[in-house]
Amino acid sequence: MMLIDCPHCGPRDENEFTYGGQAGIAYTPDVDDEAWAGYLFMRDNPKGWFHERWFHAHGCRTWFSVHRHTVTHEMRPQP
Amino acid sequence: MRFTFDERTYEGRPGDTLAAALLRNGVRVVGRSVDLGRPRGVFSAGPEEPNALVRVGADPMLAATTVELYEGLAAWSLRGKGRVDLAEPAGRRCDKGYLHCDVLVVGGGPAGLAAALAAGESGARVILVDDQPVLGGDLLAGRATLDGAPALDWVAGVAHQLAVLPEVRVLTRTTAIGYYDDNYLTAVEKRGSGERLWHLRARRVVLATGAQERSLAFPDNDRPGVMLASAARTYANRYGVRPGARAVVFTCADSGHEAARDLAAAGVEVVAVLDARDGAEITGTTADGEGVLTGVRTRGGGQFAADLLAVAGGWNPVAHLFSQSQGRLRFDEELQAFVPHLSAQAERSAGACRGLYGTAEAIADGYAAGSQAAGLTGFAERASHHIPDSDERPPKPPAPLWVMGDDPATSFADLHRDVTVADLQRASGTGMRSVEHVKRYTTAGTGADQGKTAGAVVVGVMSALLGTAPGQMGTTTFRPPYTPVSFATLAGRDRGALSDPVRTTAMHEAHLARGAVFEDVGQWKRPRYFPLGDEDMDEAVRRECDAARTRVAAMDASTLGKIDIRGADAGEFLDRIYTNMYSTLAVGACRYGLMCKADGMVFDDGTTARLGPEHFLMTTTTGNAAAVLDWLEEWHQTEWPELDVRFTSVTDHWATVAVAGPKAREVVAALAPEAAELAFMRCVETPVAGVDGRVFRISFSGELAYEVNVPWWYGAALWESVLALGAVPYGTETMHVLRAEKGFAIVGQETDGTVTPQDLGMEWIVSRRKPDYVGKRSHARPDTAREGRKRLVGLRPEEFVEEGAQLVAPGGGEMLGHVTSSYTGAVLAMARDVAPGDRLEAVSGGRTVPVTVVEPVFYDPDNTRRDGDPVERVGTVGEWRPESPAGRFAHRFLSASSERVRLRELPFVRMWEVRGRDPGQGLRLGPAWWLVTGDGGREGWTDVSGQRTVLELSGPDAVEVLVTGCPIDLHPAVFPGYAQTLLGKAGVILERTAPDVFRVYVRSSFTGYLAEWLLDALSHPGSGSSPPSR
Ligand SMILES: [Zn+2]
Repeated sequence: MMLIDCPHCGPRDENEFTYGGQAGIAYTPDVDDEAWAGYLFMRDNPKGWFHERWFHAHGCRTWFSVHRHTVTHEMRPQP
Repeated sequence: MRFTFDERTYEGRPGDTLAAALLRNGVRVVGRSVDLGRPRGVFSAGPEEPNALVRVGADPMLAATTVELYEGLAAWSLRGKGRVDLAEPAGRRCDKGYLHCDVLVVGGGPAGLAAALAAGESGARVILVDDQPVLGGDLLAGRATLDGAPALDWVAGVAHQLAVLPEVRVLTRTTAIGYYDDNYLTAVEKRGSGERLWHLRARRVVLATGAQERSLAFPDNDRPGVMLASAARTYANRYGVRPGARAVVFTCADSGHEAARDLAAAGVEVVAVLDARDGAEITGTTADGEGVLTGVRTRGGGQFAADLLAVAGGWNPVAHLFSQSQGRLRFDEELQAFVPHLSAQAERSAGACRGLYGTAEAIADGYAAGSQAAGLTGFAERASHHIPDSDERPPKPPAPLWVMGDDPATSFADLHRDVTVADLQRASGTGMRSVEHVKRYTTAGTGADQGKTAGAVVVGVMSALLGTAPGQMGTTTFRPPYTPVSFATLAGRDRGALSDPVRTTAMHEAHLARGAVFEDVGQWKRPRYFPLGDEDMDEAVRRECDAARTRVAAMDASTLGKIDIRGADAGEFLDRIYTNMYSTLAVGACRYGLMCKADGMVFDDGTTARLGPEHFLMTTTTGNAAAVLDWLEEWHQTEWPELDVRFTSVTDHWATVAVAGPKAREVVAALAPEAAELAFMRCVETPVAGVDGRVFRISFSGELAYEVNVPWWYGAALWESVLALGAVPYGTETMHVLRAEKGFAIVGQETDGTVTPQDLGMEWIVSRRKPDYVGKRSHARPDTAREGRKRLVGLRPEEFVEEGAQLVAPGGGEMLGHVTSSYTGAVLAMARDVAPGDRLEAVSGGRTVPVTVVEPVFYDPDNTRRDGDPVERVGTVGEWRPESPAGRFAHRFLSASSERVRLRELPFVRMWEVRGRDPGQGLRLGPAWWLVTGDGGREGWTDVSGQRTVLELSGPDAVEVLVTGCPIDLHPAVFPGYAQTLLGKAGVILERTAPDVFRVYVRSSFTGYLAEWLLDALSHPGSGSSPPSR
């Protein structure tokens, strides 16, 4: 059970949150089919640091993003 | 203490384990091995036991060495694996608990006690867990002295000091079983009536888990009477039990000599002490007709008659939790064992679990670890502690010996799984080099004991076979749980009616009283139909449909999600979320909408009404209410934060009754005269029987229909009034039939995440004028825009077809689609390349039904029934009494309350949710979100008085009840006064209004669940460990 630091509520258990996948994927509908398919379906899956989104669904209902190391689960707030 | 084993009665002593009590009574054969059925006896004195596995009551397979004896205990030996006997009543009551601390110490031996004391004295919040009923760890097993006095005097002194430190909590009978991310550990506490699964979050962890003695593989090393030397010593010293009359001690380490001394002191005749470091080697054992040890043979022709062979193979630090924490081990050549090397978390090991086997050095290491942990969490480290003098001699290195003798087929490496040296030879013969492969091939280490005594032997034997060093072999992965855990323990209170929250509406009790048959929709209980007399479902549904089609019928529609949407850009936002237009919707009008995911597939549908220029009310499907709110907030917060729009769930605030049928207008005229003449797809905020309400004229059946809304507290009164005015209650089954007859698709029934609005034949709802909406880009993707996709069609079957039946052309061929809804008179399907008039076959479970494709509207295609009949007669409505969500629990709350903890529902209070600007009062729930209590709502605030009710838990034990379900830290120094979090499985707002008084704001629909959950918690609170009982 990871401990996730919500910017509003402070550290809370992982099960209060919803995972939001990779961060920084901008909604840009005015692109060709291939780029649009990339927006819909293609995400990075690195071994190491990953910029990702979380939603504090059972708390303040804030979306935020962090950097998490996918091996150690170490988290750093977005700089 | 009397107990029975295999139906025979014996006498044990308080403090005995079942294993100690069996040995006390001379019971040598405790069971048969899992695969080979060989007789086995007690091998160890702790959780590492591979042999003495027994059934105790409903527990199918426990190590007798971990079962605390109690009066009347009944145990049975096992043949092979334990089996759950479902007929055996499992009387235990388990629960969970959440604790937080600065320093968690695992293990109550010398190192752990010292660590807990050092950390506790610095002022840190400390939790010490230990699996035994009494503290002391290995000191309980020996006769060591500290500063010239018995070591247990030192233990008692430290235990007393810990007991008086206010921020130190000692949990005995508590086994730490799992170590997860961010210093999150789980531990099982044995309590009188069951177990509590503790969830522990610590800023620093000190592991003081000690060491376990290992055995060796040699011929017939599994006979009852062969025992770890440390275990033999424990039975002699701690339990006062002689584990045999004549003993041979074989040892690779100094500990064997200690055991020999202590056994002799206890009156056991020690006939030989054989030290591997002097070249001694065992070549086999002999046994009597029962298989019990009678003698030991040694290299060079030695033969000793003995009924006890105490084996000391050396020590292994208990590194299970350390490894679970992702720490890295290294092989220590001097100790011939794996020891903790690199930590992965905020943790350190202390004492024997890192190879410091001397008592004094373990105490010194414990003090150092505890002080350091306190210092790292911000507390002042105490400079020095007194390290007592120990009478132990410094240990000499053990012999690196893993296997002896010449009969690999009877030399057991893993006693539990009956894995022999011959099996390991076979594994290496096949070319296996990795211990992970060997484990899976031979099953070594996969027993209930997880190979605690076998692991080192397997690694040692394999390294010998492969000619490599044990350090090169490595270990298999250590996984939780450290000791077996029953499913009852894991489930805790989440069983039966509490296994998942049951959400109920304000009208639920009325539905129960009318004998409704319910169905689960998400977590909701919804009436499926209301049988009269001995009607079956078909008969009831036919009658309910007939009422809706010819007179008037009513359904509890409270479960539909309702989201209050406000802001200057609310219309613009809805334009982007829905496929159709909302910014142009007139105030007082409703519109049906579809929303898609970005991939263009239908996600949800519902009716959204405009209540004011900057105020909308969205309804969602019952199952998707939370997901839709999440969806709206995600798009607003992450893509369009510039839009002025705010969302508030009001699902539980409003109780909703759908009134449908040609006579519906008469019902509404009696309740809300202003609403009776509403035009189709219009709504009005109006008094309903004198209560602030809302009426929407929308229809999901094709008949004249209204949805009447009142605050939760009046929901039951509304329902009774509607029925008293002549409406026939109907359930979801009738609702489905009525809508299917009209060809209305249901999200999740006709759609499955691969269906676009166009596939449903709903091009009319997809705006071509809007620059964008979520899903628009995907509707132009080649695959979604292509011809030949499955589309919604109707079917006329020749007999009943099942939902899910596959559609094929007559005589077979490719699958063209499937049946999505099937009722008498209305069958819907998704199918490709078909047109009305086509004949197909519906295939399901080997049954083939001919069907004809038709238009998907079976009833009133020209919408002639929509406006119903004019009002002829207006009935009267009786007096409405409000009912609170927990009103029916008042009595039980009172009788469950005590001096220590009281539970009640607070009287009705007005509540408002405020978003955007700080109202200067109330509880701040989010960055721009407040809950304000009391009269005097202001413009723009959302009335949520019915959304939640407030339960109050008070008294000195209130916190102890809350920690059984609330994962956040409630310590006064940390808890900010209120928080949104979980209690059990319900989301709550928790507010402390006085040191011992907590308010729990819970959604009205979750109140029944949480009330039962709290009543269960109050009915067996208990704190601290207690001896087991029947
Ligand atoms: Zn938060």
